[in-house]
Amino acid sequence: MNSADKKRVLREMLFARRFEERCYEAYVERKIGGFLHLYPGQEACVHGVMEAARPGHDYVITGYRDHIHAIKCGCDPKAVMAELFGKETGCSKGRGGSMHLFDVAHRFMGGYALVGGPFPLAVGMAKAIKMKGGDEIAICFLGDAANNQGTFHESLNMAALWKLPVLFVCENNLYGIGTRIDRSTAVVDQYKRVCGYGIPAAQEDGQDVEKVYAAARVAVEHVRGGNGPYFLELLTYRYRGHSMSDSNAYRPKEEERMWSRRDPIIILRDRLIEAGELTMDEYKRMDDEILHEIEHEIIPFAEQSPEPPVEELERYVLAENDPWVRGGAR
Amino acid sequence: MAVMMMWEAIRRAHDEEMARDPLVIAMGEDIGVAGGTYKATQGLYDKYGPERVIDTPISENSFTGVGIGASFLGVRPIIEIMSVNFAWLALDQIVNTAAKVRYMSGGQLQAPVVIRSPGGTAHQLGAQHSARMEKVFMGIAGLRVVTPSNPRQAYGLLKSAVRCDDPVFINEHELMYNLKGEVPDEEYFHPLEGSEVAREGRDVTLFGYNISVHWCLQAAETLAREDGIQAEVVDLYALSPLDREGIRRSVAKTHRAVVVEEAEAPVGVGAEVMAVLNEECFFELDAPPVRVSAAMVPIPYNRRLEKAAIPNPQRVVEAVRRLLGR
Repeated sequence: MNSADKKRVLREMLFARRFEERCYEAYVERKIGGFLHLYPGQEACVHGVMEAARPGHDYVITGYRDHIHAIKCGCDPKAVMAELFGKETGCSKGRGGSMHLFDVAHRFMGGYALVGGPFPLAVGMAKAIKMKGGDEIAICFLGDAANNQGTFHESLNMAALWKLPVLFVCENNLYGIGTRIDRSTAVVDQYKRVCGYGIPAAQEDGQDVEKVYAAARVAVEHVRGGNGPYFLELLTYRYRGHSMSDSNAYRPKEEERMWSRRDPIIILRDRLIEAGELTMDEYKRMDDEILHEIEHEIIPFAEQSPEPPVEELERYVLAENDPWVRGGAR
Repeated sequence: MAVMMMWEAIRRAHDEEMARDPLVIAMGEDIGVAGGTYKATQGLYDKYGPERVIDTPISENSFTGVGIGASFLGVRPIIEIMSVNFAWLALDQIVNTAAKVRYMSGGQLQAPVVIRSPGGTAHQLGAQHSARMEKVFMGIAGLRVVTPSNPRQAYGLLKSAVRCDDPVFINEHELMYNLKGEVPDEEYFHPLEGSEVAREGRDVTLFGYNISVHWCLQAAETLAREDGIQAEVVDLYALSPLDREGIRRSVAKTHRAVVVEEAEAPVGVGAEVMAVLNEECFFELDAPPVRVSAAMVPIPYNRRLEKAAIPNPQRVVEAVRRLLGR
């Protein structure tokens, strides 16, 4: 990444932080319903990986902590916020909600709420890519706890067996809902669990976006080069609870303080300032612009957008006017 | 019209669709090199190769998910789950992904997969290989469920299901792969909705699907011969959505209904048909409709007990006689 790229990524990560913090407020104001899983603390993961990949070209799939993955793939943040507000202008037309964002035009293939569910879907997309002969790759972002589902093992086996172009990114934030990894998982280093499938795997600091980027370049090159799957584990931390209904009481305060000193935005910001590529004033201006955009463009768009019409309750259940339902166009 | 066995009809549909469209693939356990447990894909591995006729590991939930993921990008997978009992393991991907993805993406994504799987009680296969799961799938929004009773339907339903943009579950039967029947020589696409009158009658309607259509037809023969009762047999080859109008039309003519299902009665096809009768044509009924269903037991291994657990044509005959006061 050159200096301009780093500044852009810093801005994107700061935008992601402010966007999620605003979601928190909107949830407290009851503008957003249901479950809400926020991303602060983990920003370097998706940004570092997708800088090494091709957003909008490669197929990305993830779990329910999906707002920033959608935005990084190219989804309009206004459409994300409108979706959280349940509006027709949302990226899933208000039918999906926080856990089910989709932007297929930008090849963000969705957020899914069953832990581990996306593993086989990513392998299937990779199978389709290979059949069609494209140079895209499938990228599956999931948390460490998903690796305790059977789909993890079943899917890794098939991805390796058929040598498919899929990159598994494990954002290891140390907790599966409210249970610490060493209380749920016999082997804490997730990359070690992959060796049984003959898939190359690496572990990297998930708080330093430049390190994530460097590790992801190796991973993406491997996969895009037709060498089969790759597994990248990123060590990270989420600042908030699992979801908004989580009081976060299970985590030691000292642990939280330790991780807050390794904030991905601060790490990159301070590095750029130290290198003379950014001033604190520039950074503050950047932050003000972001806050202004969220408050004066994104939130009003979500608030003022129409709700989906009740008459369309049953739309999108099945295909519309599919001729084969009647046995073809006779 | 050629006479062929059910497995040959299913195999022909695979072959024609795979020859037409290079994105149609088949996947499942033992379907490739081994040619398929029920021969539904026999010879296709040699013809289309391992990239399109895929022997999967025994990982039902994930290989079903792989098919669904591939379908997101335009591939048309025909997924065989060797026994419907194993489809319980794949419920997460079928229900949570395939059936819901169009809706929860606001119409952006679709999962046009076909999932074929045989269920039913065969020859002493025991409790974990004899289940009937159609009742589970037919209650899921976003999923089509069809179930052929003869080779013509098996061929035509699979052809339409492959081309349909919705996920389609095809409920087959372990005992029916060698059943013979006529299949059109030219290409034939069976509708995925509706029902068929398998035998015309005026005194009572027997509703069946898949194997129970044959029990109904045998019962109708006996009733005509021994009792002079003309039973109409309606073949509900589409279980979801169910043909409400077809159900109403027949009962408006006969005014009496018996629903015959191989599965246990609660929350089943019979229960659903009876609900439709209540909602659509209650005042057409001259007598309360009845169900002929399996006993509420896991299917036993012992042959006598196994036979006692599931319906047969004689029980359908007896139910009709009771209904008509004979």
